[in-house]
Amino acid sequence: MLVIFLVWKKLIKLITEEFMKLNLSKKLIAAAAGLMLVAAAPVAGFAQDTIKLGVVGPHSGDLASYGLPSVNAAKILAEQINAAGGINGKKIELLVEDTVCDAKTATDVATKLISDGAQIVLGGICSGSTKAALPIYKDSGILVMSPSATNPALTQSGDYDNFFRTIAPDDAQAQLDVDFALDKLGYTKIAVVHDKGDYGKGFAEFAKKFLEESGKAEVVLFEGVTPGAVDYSAIVQKIKKSGAEAVMFGGYHPEASKIVTMMKKKRLKADFISDDGVKDNTFIKVAGKFAESAYASGPTDTSSNPLNKAAVAAHKAEYNADPGAFYENAYSAVLAMANAVKVAGSTDLDALKKALQSEKVDTPVGTISFDERGDAIGVGFSVYQVQDGVFVELK
Amino acid sequence: MDYFIELLFSGLSRGAIYALIALGYTMVYGIIGLINFAHGEIYMIGAFTSFIIATILTILGFPGLAIILLAGLAAVIWSASYGYTIEKVAYKPLRHAPRLSALISAIGMSMFLQNYVLLAQTSDFLPFPQLIPDFDFMEPIAHIVGSSDMVILVTTTVVMICLTILIKYTKIGKAMRATSQDRTMAMLVGINVNRIISITFIIGSSLAAIGGMLVASHIGQINFYIGFIAGIKAFTAAVLGGIGSIPGAVLGSVVLGLTESFATGYVSSDYEDVFAFSLLVLILIFKPSGLLGKADTQKV
Repeated sequence: MLVIFLVWKKLIKLITEEFMKLNLSKKLIAAAAGLMLVAAAPVAGFAQDTIKLGVVGPHSGDLASYGLPSVNAAKILAEQINAAGGINGKKIELLVEDTVCDAKTATDVATKLISDGAQIVLGGICSGSTKAALPIYKDSGILVMSPSATNPALTQSGDYDNFFRTIAPDDAQAQLDVDFALDKLGYTKIAVVHDKGDYGKGFAEFAKKFLEESGKAEVVLFEGVTPGAVDYSAIVQKIKKSGAEAVMFGGYHPEASKIVTMMKKKRLKADFISDDGVKDNTFIKVAGKFAESAYASGPTDTSSNPLNKAAVAAHKAEYNADPGAFYENAYSAVLAMANAVKVAGSTDLDALKKALQSEKVDTPVGTISFDERGDAIGVGFSVYQVQDGVFVELK
Repeated sequence: MDYFIELLFSGLSRGAIYALIALGYTMVYGIIGLINFAHGEIYMIGAFTSFIIATILTILGFPGLAIILLAGLAAVIWSASYGYTIEKVAYKPLRHAPRLSALISAIGMSMFLQNYVLLAQTSDFLPFPQLIPDFDFMEPIAHIVGSSDMVILVTTTVVMICLTILIKYTKIGKAMRATSQDRTMAMLVGINVNRIISITFIIGSSLAAIGGMLVASHIGQINFYIGFIAGIKAFTAAVLGGIGSIPGAVLGSVVLGLTESFATGYVSSDYEDVFAFSLLVLILIFKPSGLLGKADTQKV
């Protein structure tokens, strides 16, 4: 003890001497740096009184309509749970951060959340940015549950054992869409287009694989378009030339609405089938009459579920509007995580994982549990079609 | 053969869209040697203004043609005033500073405008009404050239002809040419250089505004970010054709549009940007000043 005290005294003396030798401006800089170091230290210690739930996703920019409903879900549930006394007596504190679905921003956000003391994370929303940030969360042993990142590798590769999701992965989605195109619509020539991103390309590659495996149809085209381009008439002309009866598109609603508009303008009579990134009301709003009769797969409609009705009513009461994409999935994710924290008694990753895999939780998307890879058991997809300006579930 | 014609018109359409924006880039560069990165945002602001006016007029029940003309006029006036203000605020104070400072100022202005529109309006994609109706006489070839494609092509041609007449045969055009050749000398012979520069910005911004309205109507949606992407492509087109030259901007845009279209059609859409930018690199290696650009000789 004495030795440590003496060494410490010597160290302080050395630092003060060096400090005095500096000129004024350097003194100020050194003092500021010292203050920041000192101020940063106690933050880690404060994490014990609340349960810090990070909420990450696109909250601004062109994909904000996918991320904001999850923030609303987290806010509504945090209020409800805290009003009932919190989880094991601790209140939930939300740390909301915007990633704009950009991989680099998502990693910066992850680092920030970890230094802010986040213990569990709801998000990300887009597969690409989620994948980029997962290693950072994994290294700090933080549980991440996404309501919408559907890229299959996130759970199936085994690389991310801290990742869970309350939505079925893309291969299930692609399988459903392929079966629909082949069996219900009976097409034999299908063009597969994607937006070159992790999510869209992932979906498209599965669609191509299942189409080829089925032997019932020919993939006449498999190409990627640049998102955000001014004009998609060239790819539409190419699809026309290929003789495709249907276009399966993997990607998000901005590109989907442009392609669907261009298809109708160039008088291309093919059906448009897409993924849950397109099953969003913004797609119908933007593409207008050109969206009519387009198909998109999305999480199965669970609006008759009483918990779902209650969750939607809570959103309407709070925000005076219907909830947007992935609201029920985010709501269910927060419920599942809150239950796991209660059962595990802590936010330790292994304890939480055990709880998630063994407990069944009643949520708006159904009574769910999780498998060893992190996928939810009990959630599925359905195909929807745009009829008279709304998405209608096709049974 | 049919397929080739379809791709040809796709490419021309795209080229015309780039040209309307590239003209603004090239004019400003010709006059003050600055790449106005905020130009793409002027195009975006033109699109938003015409959207707002068109929505209001549609609700009030104006006829189609009146809506286009009034929305276009509003977009032109609004964008021109933005262009004028940007020049006075961000570029004029840096006229005697090193070129890099003005360039950075331009980039900063571009980001500022993007985020300003994002905050003032919304981050959502907004549906743009189809202002140009489908003409009946175009129905047989509608699958090759649509009505709005044709309007854009015609507008670009008309604009290019008008600009060339302006530059070559009017007094203001002569003053603009003089200012771009040698600014100090132009001042000495009595040309009001500040006014000429402002006029250049106003003309460039008006073109971008018209482009914004037509393209937004063609694509059907607008968003605060469209200026950035369109701007990058248009800037590439302007450099390809020879920055500083007006026919060069149009030629470069058409070449870029056709390359992208044919690359998509005959190779793969995955490589469309690869082809476009490889072409740019190749042309710049063999002709550094662009297709129609004049090599800058520094008089000592």
